[in-house]
This record gives sequence, structure tokens and C-alpha cells, in this order.
Amino acid sequence: MTLLWLILIPFIGGLLCWQAERFGPMPPRWIALGTMLIELLITLGLWFQGEYHLANAGTASEAVRWSMEWRMPWIPRFGIDVHLALDGLSLVLIALTGFLGMLAVLCSWNEIVKRVGFFHLNLLWILGGVVGVFLSIDLFLFFFFWEMMLVPMYFLIALWGHSGSEGRTRIRAATKFFIYTQASGLLMLVSILGLVFVHHANTGEYSFDYATLMQTSLSESTAMWLMLGFFVAFAVKLPVVPVHGWLPDAHAQAPTAGSVDLAGILLKTAAYGMLRFALPLFPEASQAFAPVAMTLGVIGIFYGAILACGQQDMKRLIAYTSIAHMGFVLIGIYAGTELALQGVVVMMVAHAFSAAGLFILSGQLYERLSTRDMRQMGGLWGRLGSLPGFSLCFVAASLGMPGTANFLGEFLILFGSFPVAPGFVAVASFGFVLAAVYSLLLMQRVYFGPAQGEGVFADLDRREYLMMLSLVGLVLLFGLYPQPLLDTTGAAMGEVQRLFGVVSQSTTLLLTGAP
Amino acid sequence: MTLTATQLLALMPLILVCATAIGVMLAIAWRRHHTGIATFTAVGLNLALLALIGVWFMAPLTTPLLAIDGLALFSAALILIAALACTTLAHAYLVHYDGPREEFYLLLLCATAGGLVLSASTHLATLFFGLELVSMPLYGMLAYIYRERRSLEAGIKYLVLSAAATAFLLFGMALLFAETGHLDFAGLTSALGDDIGVWGLAGAAMMIIGLGFKLSVVPFHMWTPDVYEGGPGPAATFLATASKVAVFTVLLRLVMASPAFQASALHEVLAVLAVLTMLVGNLLALTQSNLKRLLGYSSIAHFGYLLTALVIGDGLSVEATGVYLVTYMLTTLGAFGVVTLISSPYGGSDAAALHHYRGLFWRRPYLTAVLTITMLSMAGIPFTAGFIGKFYIVALGVEAGRWWLVGAVIAGSAIGLFYYLRVMVTLYLAEAGMQRRDAPEDWAVQAGGLMVLVVAVLVIVLGIYPAPMIDGVRLVSAMMVG
Repeated sequence: MTLLWLILIPFIGGLLCWQAERFGPMPPRWIALGTMLIELLITLGLWFQGEYHLANAGTASEAVRWSMEWRMPWIPRFGIDVHLALDGLSLVLIALTGFLGMLAVLCSWNEIVKRVGFFHLNLLWILGGVVGVFLSIDLFLFFFFWEMMLVPMYFLIALWGHSGSEGRTRIRAATKFFIYTQASGLLMLVSILGLVFVHHANTGEYSFDYATLMQTSLSESTAMWLMLGFFVAFAVKLPVVPVHGWLPDAHAQAPTAGSVDLAGILLKTAAYGMLRFALPLFPEASQAFAPVAMTLGVIGIFYGAILACGQQDMKRLIAYTSIAHMGFVLIGIYAGTELALQGVVVMMVAHAFSAAGLFILSGQLYERLSTRDMRQMGGLWGRLGSLPGFSLCFVAASLGMPGTANFLGEFLILFGSFPVAPGFVAVASFGFVLAAVYSLLLMQRVYFGPAQGEGVFADLDRREYLMMLSLVGLVLLFGLYPQPLLDTTGAAMGEVQRLFGVVSQSTTLLLTGAP
Repeated sequence: MTLTATQLLALMPLILVCATAIGVMLAIAWRRHHTGIATFTAVGLNLALLALIGVWFMAPLTTPLLAIDGLALFSAALILIAALACTTLAHAYLVHYDGPREEFYLLLLCATAGGLVLSASTHLATLFFGLELVSMPLYGMLAYIYRERRSLEAGIKYLVLSAAATAFLLFGMALLFAETGHLDFAGLTSALGDDIGVWGLAGAAMMIIGLGFKLSVVPFHMWTPDVYEGGPGPAATFLATASKVAVFTVLLRLVMASPAFQASALHEVLAVLAVLTMLVGNLLALTQSNLKRLLGYSSIAHFGYLLTALVIGDGLSVEATGVYLVTYMLTTLGAFGVVTLISSPYGGSDAAALHHYRGLFWRRPYLTAVLTITMLSMAGIPFTAGFIGKFYIVALGVEAGRWWLVGAVIAGSAIGLFYYLRVMVTLYLAEAGMQRRDAPEDWAVQAGGLMVLVVAVLVIVLGIYPAPMIDGVRLVSAMMVG
């Protein structure tokens, strides 16, 4: 039941926010903040109670193991259940959702002044949909939430976004985002149905259940096609380079809270989908596809980094760096060694913090300067109180400075992938150089160089200071002491690695030997 | 051949609707009273719906010309519900109309009776009779506000083109009769056998043209947007829901029953038409700035999706058709209902241009919620009934391995999103301070307002918990006369 409540709480909170608007703009904000706090606390409570670093992957010979499970028949006609389950991976990502949800509410405290209640309704419904994605292990239910969370995101961008110079661009951006993700989602639906009907043909039963469908025996070519359906849907959301077109626009036009959710959580649903569904359901096909996926990852790293260097809009720059970072994630996922997969988890968490931090900072800059165009900035160091200092922290994290969680994630990914794909790793490592280039360019253009004007802007207030401090703290915490995170997701990642069928030799000992 | 008492009882819903029509006619002759007539109509339709429940326990049952089986009862229920909804809308719409108001209900009832006959017909004679009985009153309904040029134009356009389509239909029937000497579906089926011959094929093709016109399948779709745009709201609603449901039911029955329609050549043609209908409908909708026209094109696309069920014609297809028709009808009732309510009470041509709806959310949040839900449902987004319908269509295509059709459904949906989203976001944009038409203040407590609210709730509930709908449709499809 707790799992169901995890999904329901944001939805109910959203409705309350909507109705609370009649009492003024403040109640919706507090309700939204409270809702996400409750969500986070429940997740943390589950974490303290539960046992997530279960036995090593090797001993788990039976079906997938979950720490918590909840199921109820839903559409018996097709064997569809409301089937929710929690393991270490989903737990970490839900906690992340709760935390970033709070930040999203906090960072729109002053930014959103129109239709506050409806804004928070949309914000919370996105988060509810995301939690649903992380918990569903019935494929129909998963798809249900996967598609559902697009609608409030669309509204968020279309109604509260920043218009570009040509007037209506935020609606364009929102529509582009929606069509990209929805159309690719339909491909996934076709794949899901294909899998279900193959299963039906084999056994005479309809089932959308994860564990059942995993047993389906597929011919090689069928598995490849079905896997591609899943991959395309996840690749659009991640985003992988040829299908990334929506991301910079969506980020540039979205309100700060929208960008935080988009970069922090929505992109992670794609990586989660690959780890949870694409790889375990089609291990052989994924294995065969791995070189292509890794190539795409490498292309993403360089493409994102190079385009980031050429951006004038601060948020577009950060958006392109996201593409580069997700390239590393893609390589890690398809390398499939336990070490690389652990690295993927750390990288996802770290990127969520650093990208959220940078987006919030650019939101704060926008509140002060009314522009995100870096040509109109410059020389701001010393005129913004502690804001540039925090920027430096997040930029350092983003370029993968040792001591930050990002460094750890990238390092683990490259280290873990090396035994499998040394060539890709060697090339991808050069991405670090470019990362340093775009990060320093960002600092240089915004804070140094000739000043564009005089005067001192407002320093961070307590709310902003608290947000930044907590993010920096978390980045450093997981950079210096990542073991709790690794322990929590260890079992889940071991499971993925076992299903994916890569026998990684000595590297496993490094991590799972500890507890 | 005489009718037995059981058979008469089984025809009770139809008889009740006809009796109500006669009652309305006499009442108008005696005294005009708008609300009274509307109430009388609603009561009659409700009685017919109740009678349907009784008939359910007698079915399946055949009379020489009509079959009272699961499919007939199912579509009769849909048609009656749609007619009821149109009655509530018409009452809100016509309340201040200065011409004669009461006759609209008479026409509505006649068309409903036609729909009931059409969906139950197992004989070419009743098919023709039913189809004409649906269409004739619709000419009147569409041109009801005859002082509006567009309304008159819609009525006449529909009349002329519909007559041409009827000619095709009749010619097709004649060819089939010439080939086989039978007019009943069962006789046709057995006489045609496996090899249907050139004339049989030509006959079947001409009948598909005739019926395809009514369903606005693509090469015969030209009339749809004009007629939807011009016709008064309640009439367009009826045309988009009840009439299409009835025609589709009979087409399904024909295709299921008769080998002439299963011939492979015809099958391929149907598949091509389905793909064309989805794509053309959606593409043409892209540039519309009039909500009623847009809904017209979108209904073309929806019948393209539905045609997939006909093309595949086995496995899940009756079930899929049933589910899709339910979701389509509810969604369309909701969308047209809102448009009609915004244009109510009548005062010049309907408020259907998109800019009329700009910022509607900030004036009429609940009415906007209804329209948003219906738009999402048409786009097939989860949490709405439309998603279940689309799920069925895609499932059907995947199961049969018709990848081209599946691809077209996906491409169509992706294109469709674009204009549904455009409508949706318009509703929420800041108000532009232009001249506006608006629903009356008390819209929510009127019958029409209640109707759209109920429809919206149903769309959501069936989207979240579709099991009852699926079970119902399965029961119905299990009870078909071969």
C-alpha cells in the first residue's frame, strides 16, 4: 500500500494546490512543498527500514527480487495488473524525485506569480507520473505513466515558459517536446504489444507482467525489432543524439522548475527504462546492439560538448551539456558490467544535482538580470554576492572534478566499460577535455571579462542560499562517500548485469566485497 | 410471414422511439411548448433505453428483416444515448431561437429510429430504409437554422452529396441482387459462395462507396468539414455520433457476414482506404482554425483507425470496434457538447473559431476541463478513454501483423497531437480581450451542462478503470447472429 501512496500523494497534493489558490498564492506553494517533503520522508523511511544490499547477484537464481511489492488486478481481459514494486534503484530515483521536487517548488517561489495553483498542479502531477514510472513493473502501467507525465510537462512549458524573441516559441517548444516523446512512446507501445502477443502465441495467456514476459522466448530478429521499439522511446527521452532535437528548445523555454524536473528527473526515466526493461527483457538483442548504442553515446558526448561551446543562451548551454553527460550514461548502460552500471547510477544522481544546480542558478541570474543571453553578461564576479561562488562549484562538478559525485560516476563508467569496450572508452575520455572547455567558457563569459554595467545585484536570500547549499552538500557527500548509494543499488544493478549476461571478472569484487 | 409477440417485444425500443415521434408531432399540432416537447422526447428516449435492458434478456432473436443481437443492442444503446445527449444540447441551443423550435425534436426522433433500424438490419431493404431514415431528417436538422447561410448550405450540400452516394449504394445492391437473386445477408452469403464473380465484386465495392460516404472515408470525405461547420451544434453532434455509429455497425455486419466483402481485392482496397483516411484526415486538420471543422477532420481520422478493425476482421476486431465506438462517441459528445454550449443560446452562427476559445479556462474552468479531457482522449493520452480505444486498435494491428496499418496509426496519432495540443493550449492562454461568445452563467445546472460533465467524468473513469466497458463489449460480441 505504501507504494500506491507514493504515487497518489503527489496527485492528491496537486489537486489541493489547485483548489488552495482561492486563498492566495502562498498556500499552494506550501502545500506543494509539504507534499514533496512527505514523499521524500516516506522514501527515506523505506530506505532506513528496508534491506537493499541483499545478497549478491550470483545467488539470486529465482525470479527478480523486490524489496516491496503491491499488486491488484486492473484489466483482467489482458492480464493487466496494477503491479508496483520497489528495489534499490527505484528507491534512489524516487528519493531523487522527492528532493528535486522540493527544489522545483522552492525555485519557483518568486518566479511564478501567475496562476500559482494550476502551476503546482502540473508540477506535482509530473512528479507523480515519474514516481509511477519508477514503480510500475506491469508494462501497460509503465506505459500509462510514461505517456501521462508528458501532459503536465507540456502545460508547464507552454503556459509558464519564457518566450523567445519570436513570440510564440514556447508553445512551439512544448509541442515539439510532446510530439517527439509521444510518437516514440507509441513505438514502445507497439513493442510491448508485440512482446505480449508473442507470449500469447507461446502460452495462450495474456500478460503484461514484467517477470512473466522476461521468460518469453523470442526469435532473434523479433527480439531485435522489439528491442528497437523500446530503445527508440528511451533514446528520445535520454536524449541520444539523432533524436535530441526537442531538448535544447524545451530547456530554453521552460520555466526554471520545468528545467529542473526535465534535466533532473525526466531524463532519468529513460535511463531507468533501459536498465529496467530494454536490457533485461531483450538481453541478447541488446548485447548485439551494444556497439551501435555505444557509438551513439560517444557521438552524443562530443556533439553535446561541441555545441555547448557555441551557445549564447545559458540554459541552452546547460541543456547541451546534459546531452554530453547522457552519452556517458548510455555507454555505461550498454557496457553492462556491474562497475559500469553502478557508475551509471552515481552519474544519474550526480547529474541530477549538478544540472539542477546550474538551472536554478541560471533562473536566479534571470531574476536579477532579466536575460539569459551570455553576451549581455560578463564581469559579474563580485557583483552578485555568493552566487558566482556557487556557480563555480556546480561548473566544477559538471566538468567532473575529483571530489564531486560527477567525477565518481564518470570514472566508474569508464573504468567499468574498459574491459568490454576499450576503444570506446579511449575515445570517450577525450570528452573530459571538452567538458573542461565548455565549463570554463561558461564561467568566463558570465562572471569574468569586461563588465556590461555597473552596480551590485541582490545577494542570495535565505531560501536560495539553502537550496544551493544543500545541492553542493549532496554533490560533495556522494563524491566523497558514495558507499551508501552503491550499497543501495548494488543488488539491483547486479541483477541487471546478471540478466544482461556479461560476466565481468575481477571488477565485481571491488564493490560488492565491502559489506 | 407474421410477427410473433416475442418479436414485437424485441422491437419495443424502436416502437417506443417511433411512438414518441408521433406523439411529438401531435403535440406540436396541439400546442407549441419547447421545454415540454424536449422533456417528452427525453422521456421517450429513456423509455426506449429501459426497454433495451428488457430486450437484452430475449436476445438474440431474428425477424425476417431485422436481427436483434448483441451488436444491434449495443449500437442501439449508443445511438439512444447520443440522441438523448443531442436532445439536452438542442434544448439549451434553441431556447431563444425565434423560429419554430419544436420540430427539431421530431426530426431527431425520426433519425434515431432510422439509426436503430439500420444497425439491426440483416436485409438490404432494411439497410436502405434505415440509411435513408437517418439521412432525411438530418438534412432538415442541418438546415434548421435556415436563415444562416452556412446552415442552409450545410443542409443542401449534405442532401446533394448524400443523394449521389445513395445512388451508388442502390446500384451496388442491384448488382448483388442480379448476381444472386437474394437481398438478405444470409442468402447473399450462401449464394455468393467463395467465388463472388465480377458483378458481385462490383456490387460490394459500390455499396462500400455508398456507406463510406456516410462515414466520410477519404476519397468521399469532402463534405464533412463544411457540413460540421455549417450545421447547428446539436445537429452536427448527432451527425458525428449517432449516425456514424449506426452506419459503421451495419458496415461491420456486412463485412463480417458476407464473403463478398472478404474478397482479397476488396480487402486490400479497404486497407489502403484506412491508411489514406487516417493520414489525410489528420493532415488536413492541421491547418484548421475553426474548432468544428477541426473536429470534422479529426472524426475522419478516427474512422480511419476504426477501419483497421474492419480490414483485419478477425480475432479482437469486434471487441476493438465496440470499445473504440464507445470511446469515440463519448469523446465526440463531450467536444461537440462544449462547442454547442458555448454557442448557446442560439444567436447567429456558432462560436467555433479557435480565437473564441482563447483563455476560456480563466472564465469557465470546468467547461474547459471537459474540452481538455475530450481533446486528450481524442489524442489517445492515458487516463482517458481514448487511450483504451487506441490501445485496442494498435493491439489489433500488432496481433494480425499488419505493420503498415500500425505504422499509419502511429503516424496519424503523432500528427493528430499537433492540432489537439493547439486547441488545448489555446484554452489556457491569456485572454486577448476580443469579442467573446460564452456559455450562459448557469450552464452547469442545465441538462446540457450536466450531460457534458457526466461525459467527461465517464471518459476519465473508463480511461482509468476500463474493465467494465471491456467486459460489456465482450458480452455483446459473444452474442452475435452469425
